[in-house]
Amino acid sequence: MSKPSYFITSFCSIKNNQVSLNGSVVYKSEAPHFSEFIKSAYKSLDTKYPKFFKMDYLSKLAFLTADVLLKNKNINSEKENNIALVFSNKSSSLDTDRKHQKSIQNKDQYFPSPAIFVYTLPNICIGEISIKYKLHSENSFFIFDNFNTEHLLTYSNSLMSTHKADQVLCGWVEFDDNNYEAFLYLVSKQGDIKHSKQNIIKLYNT
Amino acid sequence: MEALKQELKENIIEQLNLEDMTPDDIADDDILFGDGLGLDSIDALELIVMLDKNYGIKLTDPKEGRSIFESINTMAAYITEHQTK
Repeated sequence: MSKPSYFITSFCSIKNNQVSLNGSVVYKSEAPHFSEFIKSAYKSLDTKYPKFFKMDYLSKLAFLTADVLLKNKNINSEKENNIALVFSNKSSSLDTDRKHQKSIQNKDQYFPSPAIFVYTLPNICIGEISIKYKLHSENSFFIFDNFNTEHLLTYSNSLMSTHKADQVLCGWVEFDDNNYEAFLYLVSKQGDIKHSKQNIIKLYNT
Repeated sequence: MEALKQELKENIIEQLNLEDMTPDDIADDDILFGDGLGLDSIDALELIVMLDKNYGIKLTDPKEGRSIFESINTMAAYITEHQTK
């Protein structure tokens, strides 16, 4: 019996001061710092989710990338969707970990911020997306040295073939010290672009 | 007391990242949690830290927070009575 085929039905990236959806630039700016860039992108892309401003940088990056993609696929955030989330990056939540560490460095000024501390895990960004889109689905966050095509391919296909998920939103969301890169794509049972190693690499490098 | 209320509004907006809000948007008797300003449980913890850091007030019983953080009026009254710095 041949293995079932799966397809990439949509992809979104945020890097180099621009947001692209399915290969087309939907927003770009010259903002020198990520905080200004992501805020103006949020407003321009009509995101309307006030909790966004409470998120750390990694969550803002992951959330906006996922939201641009899922909104375009007309995913109804009012009903339950069985979309698994499989994310990865290199720096985990290190950027926020450092901010937390700084707040507890001085014993005389020991005021750790609960709002920062809650983001000292990389998979919190998955939670933010799950809350918005009512996802009670499978989710994982992996740490790799580099974008790991092979792992994303086999793990996503496995979730689909074992009926753990109807679709899988997966990819790379990296943030550290104002350097950022996000690339997420949606794997479905039907579509035009085959979910293959070659196609993932091609879209990632778009 | 009025200066303290203004300071609290500014600090709340900044500390809790209430984007696009100004002190004028918060009335002194607005309910801060739930259907009011929509603050959540992490915000409550953040306010407890703010009391400690800015006013030297340590809340030992988190349940106390419910009445203290009801509005800007209740916060200002509690701080005025208990602040140590």
